[in-house]
Parts: sequence; structure tokens; C-alpha cells
Amino acid sequence: MEYVNDPKQYPDLRVNIGSLVLQNPVMTASGTFGYAREFESLVNLHRLGAVIVKGISLHPRRGNPPQRIVETPCGMLNAIGLQNVGVERFISEKMPYLRNLAVPVIVNILGDTVEEYREITERLALIEGIAALEVNISCPNVKRGGVAFGTDPQMARKVTEAVKEVAAVPVMVKLSPNVSDIVAMARAVEDGGADSVSLINTLIGMAIDLKRRRPVLANVIGGLSGPAIKPVALRMVYQVAGAVAIPVIGIGGIDSAEDALEFILAGATAVQIGTANFINPRISEEVVEGIGAYVQDHDLQSIRELIGALEV
Amino acid sequence: MAQHQEKARIIRFEQLSPETVRLTLAAPQIAADARPGHFVMIRAGLGKDPLLRRPFSIHQAISNGQIQIYFRVVGRGTELLAKTKVGETLDVFGPLGRGYRIEAERPAYLVGGGLGIAPLLFLAQRICQTGRDLSRDQILLGGRSRDDVAPLVPDFQQFGLPLQVVTDDGSYGRPGLVTDLLDGERIDPSGVVYACGPEPMLAQVARFCADRGVACQVSIESVMACGMGACLGCNVDASGGGYLHVCIDGPVFNAEDLAWNM
Ligand SMILES: Cc1cc2nc3c(=O)[nH]c(=O)nc-3n(C[C@H](O)[C@H](O)[C@H](O)COP(=O)(O)OP(=O)(O)OC[C@H]3O[C@@H](n4cnc5c(N)ncnc54)[C@H](O)[C@@H]3O)c2cc1C
Ligand SMILES: Cc1cc2nc3c(=O)[nH]c(=O)nc-3n(C[C@H](O)[C@H](O)[C@H](O)COP(=O)(O)O)c2cc1C
Ligand code: FES
Repeated sequence: MEYVNDPKQYPDLRVNIGSLVLQNPVMTASGTFGYAREFESLVNLHRLGAVIVKGISLHPRRGNPPQRIVETPCGMLNAIGLQNVGVERFISEKMPYLRNLAVPVIVNILGDTVEEYREITERLALIEGIAALEVNISCPNVKRGGVAFGTDPQMARKVTEAVKEVAAVPVMVKLSPNVSDIVAMARAVEDGGADSVSLINTLIGMAIDLKRRRPVLANVIGGLSGPAIKPVALRMVYQVAGAVAIPVIGIGGIDSAEDALEFILAGATAVQIGTANFINPRISEEVVEGIGAYVQDHDLQSIRELIGALEV
Repeated sequence: MAQHQEKARIIRFEQLSPETVRLTLAAPQIAADARPGHFVMIRAGLGKDPLLRRPFSIHQAISNGQIQIYFRVVGRGTELLAKTKVGETLDVFGPLGRGYRIEAERPAYLVGGGLGIAPLLFLAQRICQTGRDLSRDQILLGGRSRDDVAPLVPDFQQFGLPLQVVTDDGSYGRPGLVTDLLDGERIDPSGVVYACGPEPMLAQVARFCADRGVACQVSIESVMACGMGACLGCNVDASGGGYLHVCIDGPVFNAEDLAWNM
């Protein structure tokens, strides 16, 4: 990936996530940006640091019945259930568009078993135009697998090792916040060979419809995202960044450049923007601009000076 | 279809009944691309709570770059929108979705219930612009009571299409349900029913049409986060199994493509 901006004229926003070089630290979070094309008439996709696409599994998934989403104070609950077209259709229908983007495309993957994670990784290893994989071990909305991988350090390590063995590109492992010791999880995947960790996925939550005396979501429980979860995410990123040597990517409730900068100060090398894409489709580009302005206004040489620069 | 995010100025505010409001917004890009059945996502308030945009059908798109929405106050978002004032701006995103597919040569039956009347005005206007024989067409509107329908009747009448109105409580038009009207009506099997309203009503309209082999397009609702196919939150059961997504596959569907669970 060629970096196009002239650092003398523009703020230097480049960051390295292991061998992956991003022109800026702003990515779109999996499941909140479709397969990028949905946003092409609204966002200058080329301005983003990277695009992460909706989670893909080996076989297509139907997802959960309606109602799948509900708004909560400063957030939302979702129980999409990882609906996706499966890896074969992803490759034939989505990759032709994605590989022509001038930004790194990161593919989010998931499975029910270690073997499924390995198989999907093998299949994607043959495909051109993928800059990295993000391994989702943290989805709360499926009955089998997902949660165990995301809450048991041994399992998390095993999945990471399996993916690393066959992956052709850098591997980012996405952690669940629904654990009592997030640092132990991060260390486990680092030991398993992960090139970076991203956190957090959604927090498990619930909403009740008093009129009907029933859960609002057909799945009963769902994943909480949006500004409501930012303090939890920030704390976890801070703890993990202090404990692992690999780059940390911060996710959770980011909807402004200020939010993103807080995560970077807490130790994140880059950030992902999720739910905010639904409210303002242009938000990721605006965060890039806002971070640039901050770097310029504070006479910094580069955004990298701010990573983990929090004074405690 | 191109989508636009516009800061739309409120040109006109009409409280049409104690619970319903019509807003006229200056949104030239959206107005230019809008078709009947399309919807917009509007941000109610500027803060983080309420967080998500709210979907509203385009009630009318006027050639001078304005759109109208017509809504009922049901919760916090619509309450905030009902407190807006002329001159303020709203963050509006659209036009979104697949609208009604107008069959220009076939008799049109517009069937609206409650707030489902909203998108039909735009549809009626476009049908009239097709410049065909309108004598066989019908507009059938129903509401709970007078307030739901009476304020819009003059707008529908301007097109000169035959119009019938019923209300649940008989406070305006004849007493009854709009589906009763449909039964009483001699619907030409070569015609097309264009419907919008509460789900039980649509299910009945769909069944009526299926029984008689009449083409039927319905506009339906679901809870939405993004309105543009990114969150996959707005699924409904499809008749062929699996799901359809209201924001990109609809909100207007051929009735036979949906599984009517009632
Ligand atoms: C494509 C589409 C077009 C629509 N067009 C119109 C329109 O033209 N006029 C109009 O008045 N309304 C329309 N609606 C419904 C409108 O979006 C909801 O009434 C609105 O989102 C409620 O927001 P709120 O913040 O006031 O309510 P909330 O505080 O979010 O909820 C209050 C109550 O409203 C119900 N509700 C929330 N969202 C919806 C929804 N999408 N559909 C039905 N009930 C809902 C909730 O279950 C709850 O009981 C449309 C919905 C869709 C999906
Ligand atoms: C509707 C929806 C779908 C999501 N789908 C996925 C997914 O497929 N894979 C994944 O790893 N995370 C998924 N996530 C989690 C987000 O990527 C992100 O981790 C989470 O929403 C927290 O960030 P936010 O508060 O900025 O939204 C999804 C989130 C939402 C709201
Ligand atoms: S509302 Fe997000 S996909 Fe339909």
C-alpha cells in the first residue's frame, strides 16, 4: 500500500500494525460497514485506514429471527446472529469489488470449531486482495462455539494457533469483553501467535418489553454497542495495552475524533468505528480529518507520538 | 441509487391532529431522486440519546426541492421531531429502499390504513402523472378515527381519483375497516393493489389479492438501525424461506414474497 500524503504538507497519520501499514489509524468495525460498497456514495473509502467487512463463516448463516435490534440509552442491542453469505459467495460476490479498493481490506472470520477456523483461513489464503484477517472469537449471539472461544484462554490460544498456521496475511484476534480477566485473554492469543488484538466486541445485554412482558429480541439476549460501552472498552484497551507487546486496536462507542484519540492515548495503535456508522455514514472519514487536525494543532510530528502517551 | 445526507431546513410545520405532524423539509438532492415508497432516515436530536435515526416514508416530494414526512408521535424520537420549529435543520439521509413499481397501464388501487396513508399521497401524484385513463383507479383510506384521515383527504382529492374513506369508530366516512371496503369493491384482476398500513391489515389485503390473483405491492415496517443494508437488523420472513431485509429489499415488496405469520 503506497502512502500518498506528503508528511510535510499533511499531518503524518501512518501507523504500523505489525507488518501492516495503514495511512491512518481509522478502520470500520466488522458488521457495521457491510461490505463497504453500501457506503461508496457517501464516504470516500480511500480516505480510511482500513475496511473490515462483515464476519464470514465457512458455510452461509441465516442469522436470528426478527426482532434483531433495539435501541437502548446511548447504545443499541443486536442479535443478528452472524448472518452471512458464507466464504464461497464472499469470494465470488464481494471480493471483486473489495480488492479494487485502495485501502487495506481486512476480513473478519468466525467458526463453530477450531477446524472451521482453520478451513476458512486456508480458503482465504488463496485469495488476492486481503490485507489481514480479524478472527472473531467473541460473538455472543450464536449458541455454539463463539462464546467458549472468547472466554476460555486455552481455547482462544488454540484457535489463534490454528489460524496462524495456515494464514497468508497478518492475524488480528478480536476479543470479547464478556470475561472477568481481559488481560489473560489477550496474553493467550499473543502466545498463540496473534500479530495484533482488537477489542472490544459487544457486551452481552438484554431488553424487556413491559407491554408484552417478553424480551424485545427474539434471541432474548444480544450484544450492546455504541457510546454506552465506551468507558468499558477504554479501560480494557488500557489494561491490555499495558500487558502485551503486540499492537492493540481499540473498539467501542467511538463516534468522534476525540473518542478515537482517547483510545490512542490509552495505548491503541488504531481504532475501529462501529455503531456510529449507522448514525452518520460519513463518521469514519470525519474521524480521520479530526485526528489530522489534532496532530497539526498540537504540533506533533506524527500520530504515533500519541500511542500510549497517557500520563497516569 | 444515489443516497444523500442533507442538512434539511424545516420549511413548514403542520400539526394535523393532536398526534400527527407533517414536516416540509428543504432537501433538494433527496427530493430529486425520491420515488413513491422510498423512505428517509432522520436524526431526532443532536446528542447520543436517542442514538439511532428514525425511518419515515417520503410523504411527498415536491419539484422545488422539498420533501414531506407525515408521522405519529409514538416515542422519544417522534416526540422530539414534533417539537421542532420552522427554520431549524434536521440531518436527513435518503432516499432509501425500493419503492412502489408503478404499472402505468393497469388500474391502480391505493389502500392505506392509519399512518400507512403517508406514502400513498406521493404514489397517487406519480400515478396521475403517467397521463393514462384514471377512471378505473381507486383510493381507499382507513383510520382509527377522524383525526387519522380527515386532514389528508383534501390532498388526495386534488388528483381527482375516486376516493373512499372509512374509520373504525365511524367519526369520518363510513364506519369499518379499509379491508371491508376492499371486499365491497370490484377489483379488476388485471389491476394492481398498492398498500401500506399496519401488518394485520396488510396480511388481509395480501390474502384478498392472492385469492383473486390480483398483483399486490405492500410497504412494510421493521425496526432499523442503518437503513442501508449494513447492519442486517431489519429482517422479515420471506415466503421462500430465509429472510428479506426491509431497508434494501423493501420497504415495498410483492405481497407474495413475504411470509404472513398470522
Ligand atoms: C420504512 C419505514 C417507514 C416508516 N414511515 C413512517 C411514516 O411515514 N410515518 C410514521 O409515523 N411512522 C413511520 N414509520 C415508523 C417510525 O419509524 C416509528 O414510529 C419511529 O421510528 C418511532 O420512533 P420513536 O423514537 O418515536 O419511538 P421509540 O421510542 O423508538 O419507540 C416507541 C414505540 O414505537 C415502536 N416503534 C419503533 N420503531 C418502529 C418502527 N420502525 N415501526 C413501528 N413501530 C416502531 C416501538 O416498538 C415502541 O413501541 C416507518 C417505519 C419504517 C421502517
Ligand atoms: C449490527 C452489528 C453487527 C456486528 N457484527 C459483527 C461481526 O460480524 N463480527 C464481529 O467481529 N463484530 C461484529 N460486531 C461488533 C462490532 O464490530 C464492534 O466490535 C462493536 O459494535 C463495538 O463497537 P461500537 O460500539 O463502535 O459499535 C457487530 C456489531 C453490530 C452493532
Ligand atoms: S436497517 Fe440496517 S440492514 Fe436494514
